[in-house]
Amino acid sequence: MNLLPYAIYVSFAGAALSLIAGMRSATLARWTALLTAVASWGITLYAACGFTPSSEVLTLIDIPWVSQLGIHYHLAADGISLTLLVLTGLAATAGILFSWNIEERTGEFFAFYLALIGGVYGVFLSADAFLFFVFYEIAIVPKYFLIANWGSTNREYGAMKLALYSFAGSALVLAGLLWIYATGHAEGFGLGQLAQAAVTITHGQQVAIFALIFTGFAVLAGMFPFHTWAPTGHVAAPTGASMLLAGVVMKLGAYGCLRVAMPLLPAGLEFWQPVIAWLAVAGIVYAGLVALVQQDFKFVIGYSSVSHMGFVLLGLAAANPAAVAGAVLQMFSHGVIAGLLFAVVGRMVYERTHTRQLEHLRRLPLHRLMPFAAVVFVIAGLASMGMPGFSGFPAELTILSGTWQVSKVWALVAAVGVLVAAAFTLRAIQVAFFGSTDEATDVTTHPHLMAPVTWPERTGAILLLGATLLIGLKPDLLLNWIVPSLQSPLMQAVWHGGVR
Amino acid sequence: MNYSYWILARALLPEMTLVAGALCVLGYDLLRARHHTAAERRSAALWIGATAVVAALIDSISVGRLGAVYGNTLALDQLAVVARAGVLGLTLLTLGVTAGAKNARHPAEYVAIILFATSGFTLMCAAHQLLVAFVALELASLSLYVLAGFDKDRRESAEAALKYFLFGGMASAFLLFGFSLIYGTTGELDLTRIAFAIMHGEMTPLLAIALVMVIVAFGFKAAAAPFHLWAPDAYEGAPTPSAAFIASASKVAGFTLFFRLFWSGLSATAGDVSVAGNAGGWLILMALLSGASLLLGNLAALAQTNVRRLLAYSAIAHTGVMLLGVIAAEISGPGPLFYYVATYGVATAGAFGVIAVLEANGGCQQITDLAGLSRRSPLLAGCLLVFILSLAGIPPLAGFFGKFYVFAATLKVGGVAGPAGWLTMLAIALSALALYYYLIVLKQALVAAPAPERSGRIRVPAAAAITLVVAAGLVVFLGVFPSLVLGLF
Repeated sequence: MNLLPYAIYVSFAGAALSLIAGMRSATLARWTALLTAVASWGITLYAACGFTPSSEVLTLIDIPWVSQLGIHYHLAADGISLTLLVLTGLAATAGILFSWNIEERTGEFFAFYLALIGGVYGVFLSADAFLFFVFYEIAIVPKYFLIANWGSTNREYGAMKLALYSFAGSALVLAGLLWIYATGHAEGFGLGQLAQAAVTITHGQQVAIFALIFTGFAVLAGMFPFHTWAPTGHVAAPTGASMLLAGVVMKLGAYGCLRVAMPLLPAGLEFWQPVIAWLAVAGIVYAGLVALVQQDFKFVIGYSSVSHMGFVLLGLAAANPAAVAGAVLQMFSHGVIAGLLFAVVGRMVYERTHTRQLEHLRRLPLHRLMPFAAVVFVIAGLASMGMPGFSGFPAELTILSGTWQVSKVWALVAAVGVLVAAAFTLRAIQVAFFGSTDEATDVTTHPHLMAPVTWPERTGAILLLGATLLIGLKPDLLLNWIVPSLQSPLMQAVWHGGVR
Repeated sequence: MNYSYWILARALLPEMTLVAGALCVLGYDLLRARHHTAAERRSAALWIGATAVVAALIDSISVGRLGAVYGNTLALDQLAVVARAGVLGLTLLTLGVTAGAKNARHPAEYVAIILFATSGFTLMCAAHQLLVAFVALELASLSLYVLAGFDKDRRESAEAALKYFLFGGMASAFLLFGFSLIYGTTGELDLTRIAFAIMHGEMTPLLAIALVMVIVAFGFKAAAAPFHLWAPDAYEGAPTPSAAFIASASKVAGFTLFFRLFWSGLSATAGDVSVAGNAGGWLILMALLSGASLLLGNLAALAQTNVRRLLAYSAIAHTGVMLLGVIAAEISGPGPLFYYVATYGVATAGAFGVIAVLEANGGCQQITDLAGLSRRSPLLAGCLLVFILSLAGIPPLAGFFGKFYVFAATLKVGGVAGPAGWLTMLAIALSALALYYYLIVLKQALVAAPAPERSGRIRVPAAAAITLVVAAGLVVFLGVFPSLVLGLF
């Protein structure tokens, strides 16, 4: 476990190294980036092997940083953060494999990419709100450059929209944190210290601060109606970056809600619970319906991400251990599945057909032209629909059964969302891959589609498929980490309405 | 009371070093460098100037905290020592920026005037008496007017200087008027005694007018809205190193001087901004200036196409945050304010340094002139990234921590119950907005392709390259270890 902080340092060092390596050759930069990602993923896996689930949050390092404000460099991990750390390593590795074909300014691409990853690891490990915020913002900046430089459709617009939404969100978070700090006379920014300070504030202010912090984080988690950056950003981003955005960056928002907003201000959660739940449910159904009518293949996946993140938010809003455990599991599951879907659409299909319009794809017998992509997408689609045997199923089931205990209406409406998800996924599969059964069209008439599936694509797809299958068949692997962590002192505050 | 000339001489050692250095620069250029090329003359002037600044830095640190000097004319307390060091450091940075800029016609005079202005700044940092404060401010201001108009061949430079001079002269008149009213009411010049004289007194009409006059002058000098009108034109027209100097060292000195004036001399009339509808005083005026600067600076910057004007409006927005730092000093002392102003100075001078190098390679006025910088010079693009992100307040850079600390300190004044808290919330909201225009700059530098006529690689002079790298390193280092500066107070 004590090695975990090195996942952060290795990523940042790798970012610098790829920048230097990129000046020599693109291949060197690629391998540097891949080795870095694998190394940091290895660190998280190694830590996972030695992890004994408990209700304790394990402090990895805690040294005074800015003594004037009581800020500590405090990294800690528990089952929840470990789950997301492993996901980050997996998504980063797969994302690099699917970015293997970046030719232009390769070193810079991977430098931004790994800096983003380093920030994400940092967020998942931070136990000090200031540190959390620092890593959170470090993770935002590279996204802008990844999309604006290497993106496709409308990239500058998408990048700017994403950056401004993220920063507006983080400004809300900052305002809320400082409000607690100043009004509650906190001694520092440790999450525990802030939680103790928060209970001294009036109930009205707690409610207001919760709204600030939760909304701020939820923007990044893609909460309806603040989700509009997500589809545009995902579509504009290069494949590797979309995989990261949907895979881990949206999780930063949900993680912030879970780790900062909810334990610090349980009174606020109680007050806003119905609002959040209804917004989450609305997001699930609305984004699903929008995905149903999209013409751009990538927009379908973009909106499906918003819909699936709605389940995470619903699980958080239900605020009981079962639903929250499901939400964390769904974060992992969605991270893997969304990565897979974006990989197929952005890398395997678009890079070969140069179109993402379903209208155009309908005329190509893609299931024969690129069987590998078709198989991967069908499996990923099934997983995304919540088919038993894949990770989406236990996650959504846990969330729904947890929500059922709180409100049957939310659970029922969200279940409708599952049906909508099945509808848009099946439509995408049918139109994109099995739209044409034209026997005459084959590989010879479309030589540009011949480009064989490369080994990085194969490896990446197999890694992600393996992960979703493994967790689908054995969700206990993760639930055994997550569930005890929900009894940690800070999380107790969520269940019992305040720290004591 | 101690009126020893010996101690006075020791206290003024940095100023004397600077003036001697300026004379050496002029003398060397006059006697030895007549027949050298312009580049040689410039590097000689810069080396002598830099030596003088470093010597002055060593002086001011070795002199240390002397306390009250010559009666109470100068106060060499911790703030004075740190602020002097900050000003001298930023001057050194400006000299480095000059090394990368276009060759001006009279390099020795340019450097000498920078040194004169710096001696004004260091004096401002220590002044503890109205007359000395005024003289120091004028010494600095007059030098800055000349620096703004130094590029005699360009109309814009002359325009910048004239605007700066007219507004600045007006501000000095206001300041002098305010000072004379303060003297008339209290019969004192020394800040401590002024504070003592008004300690129990009511807010008389005369004192109120004096406060308004001083605040107006302060607003002009600090380029706070609505007294900011000179700033965009001055930043746009002045030679780039002059703009860097006006934005960095002069801000540190100015805020130190006024911080002392308000909190040491006039704190009895401060009023209260912790809750709404409380006693009036200069704090509420400060809060109004701050709110206006934040709004106007950030909103106007959104519409800019000229990178220098953009930096000018961003400077106005930053002034708004600095004014919050002045308000926050009631609880937290000068720490947050000084950290913010100093690190802002480094970042903005660095950004102007990048512009200066581009200027020497074919001009840099429009934001689009930065296009393709990452391909033309990765070094410049990397440094610009650090400076601009620091101005935007992105961690782990110094600009972020500065903002964070000022906001935390201001919220401590009274939570969100009063103007101080509201302004903090406004400032946080606007800092998200500000990202837009900073990203526009970075988009050109790091994303856009270079214009065909300007696609050659840029050769960065060694001195300028070292300066920029050191400045960027400083922005990162101070951002990661802010305690190094905060521990000084």
